[in-house]
Amino acid sequence: MKYGVIVFPGSNCDHDAYHVISKLVGQPVDFVWHKETDLSRYDAVILPGGFSYGDYLRAGALAKFSPVMKAVKAFADEGKFVLGICNGFQILCESGLLPGALIRNQNLNFICKHVRVRVENSNTPFTSEIPAGSILSIPIAHAEGNFICDEAVLTELEENNQIVFRYCDEKGEVTKEANPNGSVSNIAGICNRNRNVLGMMPHPERACEEILGSTDGREIFRSLTNTIERLKRDNR
Amino acid sequence: MKAKVYVTLKQGVLDPQGKAIHHSVELLGFENIQDIRQGKYFEIQLNGSLSKDEAEKLVTQIAKEVLSNPVIEDYKVEIEDL
Repeated sequence: MKYGVIVFPGSNCDHDAYHVISKLVGQPVDFVWHKETDLSRYDAVILPGGFSYGDYLRAGALAKFSPVMKAVKAFADEGKFVLGICNGFQILCESGLLPGALIRNQNLNFICKHVRVRVENSNTPFTSEIPAGSILSIPIAHAEGNFICDEAVLTELEENNQIVFRYCDEKGEVTKEANPNGSVSNIAGICNRNRNVLGMMPHPERACEEILGSTDGREIFRSLTNTIERLKRDNR
Repeated sequence: MKAKVYVTLKQGVLDPQGKAIHHSVELLGFENIQDIRQGKYFEIQLNGSLSKDEAEKLVTQIAKEVLSNPVIEDYKVEIEDL
């Protein structure tokens, strides 16, 4: 198994993701420069957080034209796994790999704090080890995390169980007060119809060690790793 | 030849920046302001060899594929002969 962490000019959570995969999940991982066009040696790629291209034009708007994104699309079409975190989620929406868009937080602030998210669907490769309804404590750090889509897309996301994480309070209630950025339906993370592409605003790679206040993020990487291992065993 | 492209948020898409500006404008005492929405404006210099139609086609394509996000934004293209 091999992970790739894509590095765009302006990515700044690439080393955190690399650290978690290599040291805590214990799997081989490469940094993949955004000019790369061949992802065939990877089972999963992570689009990390940061400010690709300085967030110029719109967050994630210019990264979608990086050469690697064509390869990421083909990679996703093959059913391989793509995890977009924060800016990575913005890039996946801009690229059309995930529906909707992420706009400026309702309160206009850059918000950097621990939030709680409820796992809405454990039937995805990224949440297979986490029972639905679990409450995870994971930090967010963004100014453009306000997920928006039209009614039709929202209905589709709900009907296909593509909403994977929702912002919630400490009791797991999805309330307006628990919504940090104004996202429609408290959406914190969604997957595509095939469930092999996940985008989320919270940073699971920042919640993998006790010293950082939470290890809940680790469950996401553990789920994905176990899913890939299981698939590899089944294919043998 | 010069092209001007205006990119604006679609009707119904919340514009927190426009709202904040509106609020400040009202605090300053300006009256009769119903709403303010913020957008983006681009000036694109084009090679003189293009016809106006070609220029419009080219810039429209750029506005559609690069400058705007169709999920949340609309665009308007104007070609200006100098």
